[in-house]
Amino acid sequence: MHREDFKLLDSNIIYFDNGATTLKPTCVRDAIIKYYDEYTANAHRGDYTISNIVDSMYEETREKTKNFINAKETSEIVFTSGTTNSMNMIVFGFFKNYLKEGDEVLITLSEHASNIIPWFVLQKDIGIKVKYIALNNENKVTIENVKEAISDRTKVISLAHITNVIGDERPIKEISQLAHNNNILLVVDAAQSIAHKEIDVQDLDIDFMAFSGHKMYGPTGIGILYGKFELLDQMLPLNYGGGMNALFTKDGYVELREIPTRLEGGTPNIEGVLGLNAALSYLEEIGLDKINAYEKELKNYLIARLEKLDFIEIYNKNIETNIVTFNIKGVFAQDTAIYLDKYHICVRAGNHCAKILNSVFNTSNTVRISLSFYNSKEEIDLLINVLKNSENIWKEIL
Amino acid sequence: MDKDLKREIILDNYQHPNKKKVSDNSYVKINTRNVSCIDNLDIYLKVRNNIVEDITFDGEACVISIASTNILINIIIGKTYKEAIEIIDNYLKMINEEEYNKEILKELNVFDDTSKQPSRIKCATLSALGIKEFLIKNDYS
Repeated sequence: MHREDFKLLDSNIIYFDNGATTLKPTCVRDAIIKYYDEYTANAHRGDYTISNIVDSMYEETREKTKNFINAKETSEIVFTSGTTNSMNMIVFGFFKNYLKEGDEVLITLSEHASNIIPWFVLQKDIGIKVKYIALNNENKVTIENVKEAISDRTKVISLAHITNVIGDERPIKEISQLAHNNNILLVVDAAQSIAHKEIDVQDLDIDFMAFSGHKMYGPTGIGILYGKFELLDQMLPLNYGGGMNALFTKDGYVELREIPTRLEGGTPNIEGVLGLNAALSYLEEIGLDKINAYEKELKNYLIARLEKLDFIEIYNKNIETNIVTFNIKGVFAQDTAIYLDKYHICVRAGNHCAKILNSVFNTSNTVRISLSFYNSKEEIDLLINVLKNSENIWKEIL
Repeated sequence: MDKDLKREIILDNYQHPNKKKVSDNSYVKINTRNVSCIDNLDIYLKVRNNIVEDITFDGEACVISIASTNILINIIIGKTYKEAIEIIDNYLKMINEEEYNKEILKELNVFDDTSKQPSRIKCATLSALGIKEFLIKNDYS
């Protein structure tokens, strides 16, 4: 669908690495160019017309983001540089002060590095304990396993909504109920789900959430941090300086501004925000329900065709999202990726930033295809043909 | 060298690497991780009297990484530190398209066009750089 909106698809590239970043529709590019051509100015600063334009578009993006995830207040939306930045603000701006020595955080072995390493650092720093919710034999999180992992020291559960290697979706609503019944806060990394599935933070009762603009057809360098007002209001800024202070005097007295402004110190990524604005409108227009249904259809088609190839091993057949993880039997994932690249097919090879997952996954490296709505069955057919000829792989890549 | 012959040598060293095995603790183990991709090899070195007595390796990596490691190891076993470092330096020069001594590289010459595939340069130099670093650190000659 909507292939005509993506200039890069005019070339003969088949782009199957949407979990890494998505291509950008022309409207996003145009929004960025327009900012530099027609109203370049800083936000929240000027008393002149073009600055006011930027101001109102900046805040309009916040409003659109709020609506996109159905947050209660616009002040619950903070612009960051990406999911990693958002996660670090959650861990070091909030939980560093909220948690005490011996408190426990629950994650899993299939989290992205940005939902693991900050917690490891905090563990060393203030003596919290990082514990793992066991994954079942399909590498999924079940509510029973979450129950089992909870102790009376558990204070936070931090999980990806959809994981980046296996693509499994976690039962966030049930987990959040369970968490809140036990006075536990829930952090959700929505980087892999935000462009593929509707998320209602109020319905799911999520305390903090992080996601990136570039995985939802927006520019790189812009991310979102969502937090419930009363929690976000307790978050300490990691960046102090311009834009976030209300008042400071020479004797060291500092008064900070309200949220979300005090969490956005320094000149923000304005082109990123305005690009995100266009991406949000674009996604709204197509509709996430349509996107979700079509991507499911594509994924089922891909699995059905891959399954017929006896030299392919698929690792996540029963996963409902847009991610397919596989290997050509006996071929190292990177060699497969380089072979596919000869046919301009872009896939990801590797352990996808979830390096501790190797201990549960039987293989440490896989080829990942992550689909988008602009992918087509014809592209999948081409991939299958190339894979069918992969007996020639060494001739092609050596 | 003929392209088919090159491919044959690379594949032979990838599919049947004679030095791919875990060694006991009479060897020094180093790990060489390729940050830009996913190759991850453990290298086991035994050195005595300034001579590279034996090297083995183990782990998961791509065809270029495994083959280049196996070929390099076979060439530098039995060499002095100085000789081994000279071979590695020439190999690195070849990969980086600088002037190099073709003679001493023997089978490593199969990688003489690796520089045409920029994404493969890291794979081809992964072990060479790791072994070189070890030899320099441990050179008491």
